[in-house]
Amino acid sequence: MSHESPQRQASDGAVQYCTFKVDHLLIGIEVWRVQEVIRHQPMTSVPLAPREVRGLINLRGQIVTAIDVRLWLGLDRLPAETPSMNAVIRLADEVVSLLVDEAGEVVEPALETYEPVPSTTPRQIRSLCSGTYKLEGSLLLVLDTESVSRITLDHAVAPQLAGTRRAS
Amino acid sequence: MNDDAMNEIVQEFLVETSENLDQLDQDLVALESDPHSRELLGSVFRTIHTVKGTTGFLGFTRLESLSHAAESLLSELRDGRLELTSARTDALLEVVDEIRALLTAIEHTGAEGDRDLAGLVATLERLQQPDEDAEAEAEPDAQVPGAVEQVAREAPAGVGPASRAEAPAPAAVTAPAVPAAPRVAAPRVAASEAPGAPVPASSVPASPVPASPVPASPVPASPVPASPVPAALPPDAPEPAPADGHRFASERSVRVDVDLLDSMMAQVGELVLARNQVSAHVDALDNQALHQTVQRLSMIVSELQEGVMKTRMQPVEQLWSKLPRVVRDLAALFAKSVSLEMEGGETELDRSLLEAVKDPLTHLVRNAIDHAIELPAERVAAGKPETGTLALRAYHEGGQVVLEVTDDGAGIDPGRIGAKALERDLVNQGQLDSMSEREIVDLIFRPGFSTASVVTNVSGRGVGMDVVRTNVERIGGTVDLTSTPGIGTTFRIKIPLTLAIIPALLVGCREQRYAIPQANLLEMVQLRTGGTHNDIERIGGALVYRLRGKLLPLVRLDETLGYAPLATDDGTDAVSIVVLQADGLLLGVVVDDVFGTEEIVVKPLGQHVKQVPLFAGATILGDGSVALILDVIGLASTAKVEEVAAGLGSTGADADEAGRAGERSTFVLLRVGRERRVAVPLKAVSRLEEAPVDAVEQAGRGRVMQYRGDLLPLVALASILPGIAGEEPEPEALGDPPTSVPVVVYSDGERQLGLVATEILDIVEGVFEVRAVGASPGILGSTVVHGHVTDVLDVHAAYELSTKETGRVA
Repeated sequence: MSHESPQRQASDGAVQYCTFKVDHLLIGIEVWRVQEVIRHQPMTSVPLAPREVRGLINLRGQIVTAIDVRLWLGLDRLPAETPSMNAVIRLADEVVSLLVDEAGEVVEPALETYEPVPSTTPRQIRSLCSGTYKLEGSLLLVLDTESVSRITLDHAVAPQLAGTRRAS
Repeated sequence: MNDDAMNEIVQEFLVETSENLDQLDQDLVALESDPHSRELLGSVFRTIHTVKGTTGFLGFTRLESLSHAAESLLSELRDGRLELTSARTDALLEVVDEIRALLTAIEHTGAEGDRDLAGLVATLERLQQPDEDAEAEAEPDAQVPGAVEQVAREAPAGVGPASRAEAPAPAAVTAPAVPAAPRVAAPRVAASEAPGAPVPASSVPASPVPASPVPASPVPASPVPASPVPAALPPDAPEPAPADGHRFASERSVRVDVDLLDSMMAQVGELVLARNQVSAHVDALDNQALHQTVQRLSMIVSELQEGVMKTRMQPVEQLWSKLPRVVRDLAALFAKSVSLEMEGGETELDRSLLEAVKDPLTHLVRNAIDHAIELPAERVAAGKPETGTLALRAYHEGGQVVLEVTDDGAGIDPGRIGAKALERDLVNQGQLDSMSEREIVDLIFRPGFSTASVVTNVSGRGVGMDVVRTNVERIGGTVDLTSTPGIGTTFRIKIPLTLAIIPALLVGCREQRYAIPQANLLEMVQLRTGGTHNDIERIGGALVYRLRGKLLPLVRLDETLGYAPLATDDGTDAVSIVVLQADGLLLGVVVDDVFGTEEIVVKPLGQHVKQVPLFAGATILGDGSVALILDVIGLASTAKVEEVAAGLGSTGADADEAGRAGERSTFVLLRVGRERRVAVPLKAVSRLEEAPVDAVEQAGRGRVMQYRGDLLPLVALASILPGIAGEEPEPEALGDPPTSVPVVVYSDGERQLGLVATEILDIVEGVFEVRAVGASPGILGSTVVHGHVTDVLDVHAAYELSTKETGRVA
């Protein structure tokens, strides 16, 4: 996965990104993908689901899966007492909530500041991000939401294995 | 006329015509038993005439020529110049099938396609010759089976196009309800008379429509001869535009797009959830006015919910309308004589559920004709009427709709089923030996089971009853069957009234609530705090619980959900077991808490959660939180219950052996007379009752009590206990006469028996060594319970005694 070309967005012209803080990273998601950002919601956890699935939230009557971006990127969980934010994004056929530390501003980075994710970044981060923009004072990691969806599916094989292990 | 308008007309025509074709099917089959009915012939003629007119108008020339040929034949028939022979009926039914096929083609491609109609048109023309009767009979002999076979194969497909035709265009929601009465009337009568016709017809040339006599006046249900079904259409409606073809649409009904209904239902579901939430919030407030407002709101929402649900309701006869034809064709195919009875067709069901039970029901009907109902000769030999009866019944029962399919065929022989199951490796001999007859018969619902010794093209292809059960359970229903060899079989499908909003039980596991559809729920068992829960045992790592003497496979919900056992759980806490049923499997689920029930709306899960097989969906509870809905089948398979259940047969045998060395058992402890103690096995006890003394009546030498509308034979324990029997048979005589007596009611399914004691002391459980000391008729021996010598009752002997008593009574 990590070797897939991340050039698509860069060649399409300047793109607006919503930015989010996740641990020490600044994550960017295309603006059109982001439906809304809401404060921490009470969550119902889903036993046996992939580790990244933190639970289900009630979004005005719609049941939305909440995915912890920290766990996804292979980072440590947010301390329990710190509430996370829900970035509700649209995937191809459903809406999911990405749990982030904080929401930042919307940026429109110049195309020439784009670069692929440096090969020294941890593998997990590289596999989920399509590229980086060198902003002033920080680096914006562009989250590849398509791969977000794909990767969860891969991970989703895990619970069944876990289930078998527990049952036996 | 622009394309859109044209398309709309074509769509309308398709919907209209496919409805008319269903009516044609019924009318033609009905005609077979009453070939002289001018009304029916007139109705058929007008339907075909309408089709012809419309197709001509729309430029479907092939359809037009076919319907023209059929119309010509029908006009001869209607005017009484020709007799309706079975060959003619067959040809006309074939016309119906062809028209259906053409309609399907038009729907999908916009054109009629190139089906070869020349042969059929020629047949129709030939059949118009009065003197051709004999010849015509001869040829169809060869032709009919083919035609019927085709029908059999096409029947499901025929169902498809019709329903598909409804989907895009505004479907008939209310309109079909209007013809309801006449429709049922016709098939019921017709079907019950039809059987005679199809089979012998081809073998008795020249004498059309043999056995079934007309005098019975088969259309008694249609009240006013002149008016009933077709009255709405002027007899010779000329070239009507489709809209004029509305025969049944009354001015009081509208056609509504099914999608619109579905979305309305979804919104009402949301409204119910929102209502639940508002109520929960308001409960926490101290505001009288708000309380009242919310109560009112709540009532309105409930009424609205009911109303919207009603709009989606359709009578079951909609589902049945195609069956007379199916039955006729199948009976002909298998050379069987079958009469179809239908009862309760007006019972209503949510349209999505109706759709969902269509296939299972058709399958049951086919099975009954193919496998259950014997050949006429066999039936006669067995002393049954030559014509078998297939009865469909629909009725409401406890918030569910029950659909019954009853045949008076050969019944299901448990021996044969058992042998087949062994042959198919579904069970082993040990398991089979430990199964009750009922359980054995239930094996037919196992995947891979099919008893048809000959694989036919209708049923018995190995996919069978398991699919029926799966399909029914998918919509929250159940299927079971009762069968008496030689007498017949009844299949009973129970389905909820609606799917959209279902009642569910909320259970707790680790601070979270889960919903279990109430359709799966059988009972709840609460084991008290402080005990050591001896009745929960492990068999090879699997948990089982003795529920009234039967081993119930248990799963711990926390364990299944991947939680580690609670540190505080030392096995002495209160235990709640929820007994569930799914897929023919009983399953006990140990949960942390049991909350109440709540109406829930099933919502789909996202891709990440969907893959956990334990969850069927999620819902939003009154407090706004999300709760997962447990999938009972998934739960059972994840917890490997099937293997446990399968393993129970063999371990059951082990347990028996262990039993000889001192099996755990549960007894009801009774006091008889002043101090005699009697233990009776709890296993077969159905109830403990306190009966008023004056309810006990003398009948001959025996005593009886009126109990639940029946006479319950009573046995006074005092009379069978040696030592007491002689001295004082009347415990009431000791001290003050009591006003009531405790009665232990036993039942083994057929017989009931009441044991009269002086006092019910306790229910005890443990290993009791029964010694033969004091054994006598009715008493197995004695044991020691709580330090007292206690007689152990022999239940079988008690039944014997009661039978003797009743024998004397009679």
